[in-house]
Amino acid sequence: MRQILTQNQSAAGALESPRWRRLKSVLRDVFSWRFALLVFASLVVIYPLLWVVSLAFSGQQSLQLVQDTRDLGLWGQLAALVPLPEQWSLQNFRAVLTEQPFMRWLLNSVVVAAGTTVIGLVLSCTAAYAFSRFRFPGRNRGLMLFLVSQMFPAVLMLIPLYVIVVQWLGLGNSWLGLILVYAITALPFCVWMLKGYFDTLPFEIEESALLEGASRLTIFYRIILPLARPAIAVTGLFSFMTAWNEFILASIFMDDEALYTVPVGLRFFVSDYSSEWGYFAAGSILVSVPVILLFLALQRFLVSGLSAGAVKG
Amino acid sequence: MIGIAVASIEFRGVVKRYADSAPTLPGLDLHIRDGEFMVLVGPSGCGKSTTLRMIAGLESVTAGELWIGDRLVNDLPPRDRDVAMVFQNYALYPHMTVFENMAFGLRVRKQPEREIRTRVEAAAETLGLVELLARKPGQLSGGQCQRVALGRAMVRDPQVFLFDEPLSNLDAELRVQMRASIGRLHREFGTTSVYVTHDQVEAMTLGSRIAILNGGELMQVGTPMELYSDPDNVFVAGFMGSPPMNILPVSNLGHALENRLLQLPRQGLERFGAELLLGLRPETLCPAAEAPAHWVRFSAPVEMVETLGAEMLVHLGEGDERLVARLPGLRSLTPGESLSLAFDPAALYLFDAGTRQRLREPRAVVAPESELVTP
Ligand SMILES: Nc1ncnc2c1ncn2[C@@H]1O[C@H](COP(=O)(O)OP(=O)(O)OP(=O)(O)O)[C@@H](O)[C@H]1O
Ligand SMILES: [Mg+2]
Repeated sequence: MRQILTQNQSAAGALESPRWRRLKSVLRDVFSWRFALLVFASLVVIYPLLWVVSLAFSGQQSLQLVQDTRDLGLWGQLAALVPLPEQWSLQNFRAVLTEQPFMRWLLNSVVVAAGTTVIGLVLSCTAAYAFSRFRFPGRNRGLMLFLVSQMFPAVLMLIPLYVIVVQWLGLGNSWLGLILVYAITALPFCVWMLKGYFDTLPFEIEESALLEGASRLTIFYRIILPLARPAIAVTGLFSFMTAWNEFILASIFMDDEALYTVPVGLRFFVSDYSSEWGYFAAGSILVSVPVILLFLALQRFLVSGLSAGAVKG
Repeated sequence: MIGIAVASIEFRGVVKRYADSAPTLPGLDLHIRDGEFMVLVGPSGCGKSTTLRMIAGLESVTAGELWIGDRLVNDLPPRDRDVAMVFQNYALYPHMTVFENMAFGLRVRKQPEREIRTRVEAAAETLGLVELLARKPGQLSGGQCQRVALGRAMVRDPQVFLFDEPLSNLDAELRVQMRASIGRLHREFGTTSVYVTHDQVEAMTLGSRIAILNGGELMQVGTPMELYSDPDNVFVAGFMGSPPMNILPVSNLGHALENRLLQLPRQGLERFGAELLLGLRPETLCPAAEAPAHWVRFSAPVEMVETLGAEMLVHLGEGDERLVARLPGLRSLTPGESLSLAFDPAALYLFDAGTRQRLREPRAVVAPESELVTP
């Protein structure tokens, strides 16, 4: 942009300063319909989030931040639409973290999500590598079955999973049960995702390593996995989020309040018997923090094109 | 494994068949001598890469025997064959530096780190890669990548080097440079090498011997000069030399060869069939005025002229009787004009029109009239 502008400037002479031109082009962008559309879309997304934030920091449990809007006149009523609490307070956070078993739930969630990610990645990386590189009976059918399993809603598996995991394996009310269930339900997606990426890695790289004396396992660990880091980051994130956000299975498998994951625990705040929206909002914000941190940490791995330069032409 | 083992390679009736299709190689017999630089050439899909990959152990041998030195390697895994391969697309490890790329094979084989460093640095020195050792492949040009691939193969000091069209992704100038480096390396180390290429200039300049493949069949093996001057069949004749040998259909009259362009009296033709193919190299043709008396003369209309500076390629003739002559680029020719040319009757090749195999005549038959010895 800048280059184009400076080029234009030399052509047009000194009539208009470059700064003025730049300003004009920015203004043109701002008043375009595209810009308006983006602003609108952003508002739609952000507005509810702002409500949650202000609810969390209001120190109250009520959904109503401004007590009475009837006598306020038009401007007052409009102002009430803006999600700003009457006073700011960290009371909700303090209560959630100390008076409620929130930390315990957070721990459960972290263990379950991390376990899911690790087990899911180990299983899906090895499976995807086999699907990508080896030809064996049932290969195509297996891949197809994975795809088909994704066409049914997860709720459909609720009862069979309950029977298998809780009644047969006796893994109800335990971290391991949830971890297994999550890792395995995320598996089809992860395998397809990783297989797609492995397929793009040139065979010659592996053949070259094979000739140099590396075993299949060495090649897998020292060449394929490092090269597939972007894909592994994405699938890992997917597994983590699946486990982190899941509610239905967790609420059914975990009877003991001490073993609740965060989504189940949060629901507890706004059940039939209580409506502690402030705690709920504060908790929601606390839950998002690890996910945001994870995204930031993995951002540099999400850069694609790591394999560029491996092969030319 | 590393030592003074003899690294000849021998294919004994090797058959390669990919999953229930017609065999890619119906039966290959080829002996590659120790220390030789063998070039495999042939049209696309003729099985060059397949042959090479069988030596590497990347493809299985369907039937027959493949020997490297005194070992039958049919079922030996690639890592135990002590061969190194340079691929067309370099196949460097993108996440490793140039140093790590070259060191990988040695590290996998658990060589001492000191030894690795010395070897990699020596190879980098030879290939002019010293400044690039800390870079990753993504930051290198194509030519540099290929040199790293070469270095990676070199550091392991293998018994056999395999090259699968290593230069075909490079531009013309780099190709010439790299060709020279590869030739120099082979002269220096004398490692048995097998080199696949499409490019006949590469084949001619690099090969101690050349094997020409066509549709999985070995057409001929020999030194570049043997293939050029003594081709076994039309395919080899057309493959070596640029522009390729002119092939003209001729009728065998028993005492002479004839077609619409020329008539060529000749002894000893009775043994051959009625329809033959006459092979004439473009460079053996010269203007009729400058030719010795016993040469065969003919004239044909000029179709097109390609000027190459010092010389020119003149396309002559019509219909089936078309040929190219490589002449000194001195005069100007206009299309349509009739040009008189001559060639030495000793310099022609005869092939059977059906089998397309070479018909060899006893030397004496093609000697000048005066020295004729009747059989
Ligand atoms: N993995 C494979 N499965 C089935 N057929 C194959 C396979 N690899 C090669 N072929 C077939 O074998 C034949 C020879 O292939 P090959 O790669 O050896 O040819 P090439 O001489 O190296 O050709 P090019 O010059 O184009 O590289 C081709 O007809 C090809 O289609
Ligand atoms: Mg090939």
